[in-house]
Amino acid sequence: MRPVSEKGAKEKATMDAVAQLQRQLVDYTASLFHEGYLDDQFNQLRQLQDESNPDFVVEVVTLYFEDSERLLNELTKALQQQSIDFKKVDAQVHQFKGSSSSIGAQRVQKVCIAFRNCCEEQNIEGCNIFLQQVKHEYTLVKSKLETLFKLDQQILAARVDPGSHVIRFLQA
Amino acid sequence: MVMATESQFHVLAVDDSLIDRKLIEKLLKTSSYQVTTVDSGGKALEFLGLNEDHRSIPNTHSVSPNNPQEMEVNLIITDYCMPAMTGYDLLMKIKESASLRNIPVVIMSSENVPSRINRCLEGGAEEFFLKPVQLSDLNRLKPHILKTKSKDEKRDKQEKQEESDPEFQSQQQLQQLQQQSNNSKRKAIKGEQDLDTMALPLWSK
Repeated sequence: MRPVSEKGAKEKATMDAVAQLQRQLVDYTASLFHEGYLDDQFNQLRQLQDESNPDFVVEVVTLYFEDSERLLNELTKALQQQSIDFKKVDAQVHQFKGSSSSIGAQRVQKVCIAFRNCCEEQNIEGCNIFLQQVKHEYTLVKSKLETLFKLDQQILAARVDPGSHVIRFLQA
Repeated sequence: MVMATESQFHVLAVDDSLIDRKLIEKLLKTSSYQVTTVDSGGKALEFLGLNEDHRSIPNTHSVSPNNPQEMEVNLIITDYCMPAMTGYDLLMKIKESASLRNIPVVIMSSENVPSRINRCLEGGAEEFFLKPVQLSDLNRLKPHILKTKSKDEKRDKQEKQEESDPEFQSQQQLQQLQQQSNNSKRKAIKGEQDLDTMALPLWSK
């Protein structure tokens, strides 16, 4: 009889841990929408994820991170030039705005719109300010999305291997 | 009578953004289309079987691993803002090509510019989608594909009848003329040329 009740206790602990993680994930995601970091396009991505492509959201967002880092480096260089090519800068900000919009990174997208206005006006000071701002917003949304994915991974892990992972989590 | 099922329709998606290519590919696959993605208008034309001079390339192909002539493309969906060749430029090249002009073209853009949208539609684009494209937008694709397919089937049927009935041939040409003059979307340059040659046998009867 003892082994059955031990097993029962373990299973209940797993379910509680998973439920708690899920609540955390739901609350955290809701806060990101509420604070404007993400918009409905992020939900569209989640809806596209299915059995044939179970890591779709992480894959797209990872591509976004790589692409964004490249773009931000290029933008930094372009604005450091003696003679700034505003058309080129504008084209790059347009790209960044597009990719941010595609994954639902709303705050980054909004800064890009203002950034482009400065490009059109050939306003160097304004461009530099917005470059800093867009880097800041990007860093924020990146860290929040990484937290989101980590929570998601924890839930997956808790389900797949309830014994070991749940105990570690509870001990933490 | 039997319509081709959705899984047989093949869409060529053109976008210079890696993220948007991944997205549109997923959207299209979720809607049961076969998908090929390319990152430029130039690559799109190559895939469709045209070289830079807009002539058909023979079977051998250095860039695309697929033999373009074996993979029929039922629809082309392209981004507007691309370096080198814009979506509008690509649209023009497709409409200028006798072999490609009947493939429906849809243009996507992140920018809502009415003059741009009108220009594309007047240039022969079937639809203009604002980015980010939604699954629900893709529901608008099938009618354009089916319309083209049934036109192609009708044309094939006509060609078979033409072989056996020369009088039927001139009647069909008259119908085609009427169709072309009613279709304001496509610039019927070829149609105008045919008009001159077709008028003679009709009026001589």
